[in-house]
Amino acid sequence: MIEGFTALYIFMLAAFTGYEVIGRVPVILHTPLMSGSNFVHGIVLVGAMVAMGHASTDLERFIGFLGVMLAAGNAVGGYVVTERMLEMFKSSKEPAK
Amino acid sequence: MILIQLSYFAAAVLFILGLKRMSSPKTARGGIVWAGAGMVVATIATFFMPDMHNYGLMLLAILIGGGAAWYTGKKVAMTDMPQMIAIYNGMGGGAAAAIAAVELLKGTFASQSFLTLAVLGALIGSVAFSGSMVAFAKLQGLMKKSFLFPGQQKINMVVFAAALVFGLILISSGSTGGFPLFMFFALALAFGIMMTLPIGGADMPVVISLYNALTGLAVAFEGFVLGNAAMIIAGTVVGSAGTLLTQLMARAMNRPISNVLFSGFGATGGEASAEDAGGTMKEIDASDAAVMMAYASKVIIVPGYGMAVAQAQHKVWEFCKLLEEKGVTVKFAIHPVAGRMPGHMNVLLAEAGVPYDKIYDLEEINAEFPTADVALIIGANDVVNPVARTDPNSPIYGMPILDSDKAKNVIVVKRGRGTGFSGIENALFYLDNTRMLYGDGQEVAGKLIQEVKQL
Repeated sequence: MIEGFTALYIFMLAAFTGYEVIGRVPVILHTPLMSGSNFVHGIVLVGAMVAMGHASTDLERFIGFLGVMLAAGNAVGGYVVTERMLEMFKSSKEPAK
Repeated sequence: MILIQLSYFAAAVLFILGLKRMSSPKTARGGIVWAGAGMVVATIATFFMPDMHNYGLMLLAILIGGGAAWYTGKKVAMTDMPQMIAIYNGMGGGAAAAIAAVELLKGTFASQSFLTLAVLGALIGSVAFSGSMVAFAKLQGLMKKSFLFPGQQKINMVVFAAALVFGLILISSGSTGGFPLFMFFALALAFGIMMTLPIGGADMPVVISLYNALTGLAVAFEGFVLGNAAMIIAGTVVGSAGTLLTQLMARAMNRPISNVLFSGFGATGGEASAEDAGGTMKEIDASDAAVMMAYASKVIIVPGYGMAVAQAQHKVWEFCKLLEEKGVTVKFAIHPVAGRMPGHMNVLLAEAGVPYDKIYDLEEINAEFPTADVALIIGANDVVNPVARTDPNSPIYGMPILDSDKAKNVIVVKRGRGTGFSGIENALFYLDNTRMLYGDGQEVAGKLIQEVKQL
């Protein structure tokens, strides 16, 4: 378990990292980046798997199942959509395939 | 166990590097692949966690959820991207809430602070889930109206407060499930729906971005509960990056976030724009317009959502290439909120094959309009309305606009005489140097191509 102040420090550092990473992004990339960050929080899949893996009653299993299903949708959908958008960014020096 | 921790660590690093790469056009394509690799590593590692059960059901859930998302993600048209982001984001929020629900049902928490974080994550995740679903329904056109009734904000606050009360009951009673748990989730979900219902379509991108940040935060909170560092880091990074993105978008639209959330657009103002724009609209036909542009030295094209709806971007780009062959300089001017989201129009143009170095931001291009012979406006309206600069009573007053009215000539391609998304009369259409070219974007672009070829 990550507890107390360690948790708080991780939280603070990660928050600054997110802020810095996006800091100087051109407008042209706002939508792809929103989509990309949408994909990244698909990591919730890992947590949903753990929650379901430790489920012991039928109700817990059912909710866990829903969670894993939704999380997988977030991760896979986020990836596919982002990749399709980013595929299109090319400069004029690099002609279309 | 150490291997699992190492994979989570690697995943966190890959996510951050991936996002970093995604913030520059040159490296963006690689960025998503890096982040994707991180996701695969973390997911596989999780299968080897000790004391896990229900593997069969778990795989089935991944196949159903992932398969459905894969299929819809591949199939959806580029114009419909924003609502897909909304729905996938909502799923993430729902998953975070589901994790919290399982943990709260079990009721075994290491300490009171973990219980509190679980409840908070559940609240945020539920709101992001149901809110995103409403956003999806609205953008998809399943839900047309904005639901406004007197005292709406107060009722929403009451629902939110009630959800908080049940959350506090859960925290103080140590959560053993049952009635308070059910009420807590029901109220949180209801609040997400009610909060999103009154928000108009034009503000949706900001809202989706906000829910994206909220989902990140919910994931981070559940990550603390489960002691999962990858979730904490990825969730927090998305939470802060998403908050910043939301601010950037709101600023581009000149709409403070509080305005977006707490006022239905169009419900205020509206009649204030009754000031008569004056003058008449002057028409032009495609052949005259084509001649005008073919013999110009510089043409700036201002595309709007109307062009995307007409699927005219390919034809428009073909037309541009013809103009360039004739020695005309062609540039695209993109308003920060052109399309449905900041950057959406860039994606649509990129899809048509327009290289990104021909596409300019508002700040880059505005000084160039006075030197342009023609500003060709295709399906854009509010973002070129000079009223935003001049009329303090207009609801869009103060919004940065593209100064296309300063070009020597303006040609507006428009389907009909109606007003734009916001329902505001556009003074640009009545200017002396403006000519209206009526017709469907794609048809008009086709005609322009024909005419230029015949010159």
